[in-house]
Amino acid sequence: MNIVVLCKPVFDTEAKIKLKDGSIDSSGVNIILNPYDEFGVEEALGITEKYGGEVIILSAGCYISEVVIRQALAMGADRAIVVEDEALEGTDAHGIALTLAKSLEGVEYDIILSGMVAIDDNGSQVNSRLAEILNIPQVTVVQKLEISEGKAVCERQGDGTTEDIEVQLPALFSATKGLNEPRYPSLKGIMMAKKKEVKQVVLADLGLSREDVKPQIEIVEYSLPEPRQAGKILEGEVEETVAELVNLLHEEAKAI
Amino acid sequence: MANEVWVFVEQKEGKMKKSAAELLINGQKIAENLGQKFAAVVFGNDISEVTEQVKEYGVEKVYLADDEKLKIYNTESFTTVMTDLIQEEEPELVLFGHSALTKDFVPRVAERVGTGLVTDCTDINEDLSFKRPIYAGKAFSTVKFTDQRPVMATIRANALGAGEPVGSKSPDIVDVEVSVDDENIRTLVKDIVQKVTGRPELTEAEIIVSGGRGMKGPDNFALLEDLADVLGAAVGASRAAVDAGWREQEFQVGQTGKTVSPQIYIACGISGAIQHLAGMGSSKYIVAINKDPEANIFKVADYGIVGDLFKLVPLMTQEFKKVLAG
Repeated sequence: MNIVVLCKPVFDTEAKIKLKDGSIDSSGVNIILNPYDEFGVEEALGITEKYGGEVIILSAGCYISEVVIRQALAMGADRAIVVEDEALEGTDAHGIALTLAKSLEGVEYDIILSGMVAIDDNGSQVNSRLAEILNIPQVTVVQKLEISEGKAVCERQGDGTTEDIEVQLPALFSATKGLNEPRYPSLKGIMMAKKKEVKQVVLADLGLSREDVKPQIEIVEYSLPEPRQAGKILEGEVEETVAELVNLLHEEAKAI
Repeated sequence: MANEVWVFVEQKEGKMKKSAAELLINGQKIAENLGQKFAAVVFGNDISEVTEQVKEYGVEKVYLADDEKLKIYNTESFTTVMTDLIQEEEPELVLFGHSALTKDFVPRVAERVGTGLVTDCTDINEDLSFKRPIYAGKAFSTVKFTDQRPVMATIRANALGAGEPVGSKSPDIVDVEVSVDDENIRTLVKDIVQKVTGRPELTEAEIIVSGGRGMKGPDNFALLEDLADVLGAAVGASRAAVDAGWREQEFQVGQTGKTVSPQIYIACGISGAIQHLAGMGSSKYIVAINKDPEANIFKVADYGIVGDLFKLVPLMTQEFKKVLAG
């Protein structure tokens, strides 16, 4: 049971976002493994612990943090393929999906696992696009996954629904919170990770050029939200403050 | 090459989803500004009522794919039918609501058709550039399509704001042929369990009452449910409450939960960590009830009361009941 796990290094959730020369300023920002991808790594490890096989970390981008890749390896993944190429600068979801697909040529896999969304770009596209290019079925937003010979039964979170879905392998699954509890890398795992194979690849190795990953969407500008101002703190006896609050919402804000 | 603006109208159990109305109203204005024909696209089975509902929004055409194969959502069927339709009719712009359903199949459609896609947009500009939140809403990017067509976008619920429907323009109903090879359907939906909360969905709710660590336990959420009942609200939770096992994960609001944009978000016993704000920061009004005057939530709340939520919330329920009845 060979499993490929898509991993994306992203800004820490605590990071304050600043702009510099109109672009997102990454200076001083701590980089972590996308939290949703962590569920993918953990799930892959659980499956291979049961059925045997390899867990391969796959990542693609302009610059890929080695620390993050080694973290996934330290959790227990076996090896990694990292496509790191300046030519991916400014590319979009299609460009990334194409790059990932090409890097899987010649790789045998039964399952591709991924986080359902990257908390930086918030795109939620690469998964489905990758499954389309590879011509394999997909189940997104998976909160439970059970594998048996050649097929998977999973629980998907719909809008206000829970869906039981059966799918033939190979297939792609995107993980949501609740799928599992990701393990912390052990000291032993961290030491072993240093020796595990990280295959560094550029677009040319995949037979791709900058033209092939040319974006279909271009950024016009980045902006920061208007900071919310603190409002009114109501003071007084409980009955008074509640009456005032209800009145404000009903009469002033006309919201209720 | 059809000069058409399409809105994909999501339906549930034969009725138009609430969020579709806002999308139709905005889509109609965009079509008018562009001087293009405005059409609705509806998928499902036995959905004639949806067609009737949709007519009120000034659509000039309804592409109706009414087939047993579309009765239950399935990635492959929806992807195939939408792709075929787009390739046949070549619309200029296709708008979708941003939902679990569209997040699943629309990127696949975009890849198959060979066009770009902008997701979770909170604004559409006159020049057809799209504004969307990134980094959990801590920043925004405004993006534009290069030369690919159709332009495709998924739009966040409650983000665009809506006016009134323009009324019926007696649209043509186009029956879409549904041609899906059974062997291409590789996922089998064995069961769908509808969460019956009797409340609006979090991402579509106008009012949300939400609880955090300050709720001190699962049973106390009954207080929030009582308030929610009076307000017709949804009930959310912070990560702390979910991780403690007090509420189910699908009701978590925040960076690793749902992003909501209600008219009113009432945060009870929620400190207001940056990751929680990421999920509800675009609410029109934020109300905070917390016994800690230093709580971060008060920095962003429009109205706040520093006090004991176990006293305040029941009083709020009573007071709203009075005011809304009278």
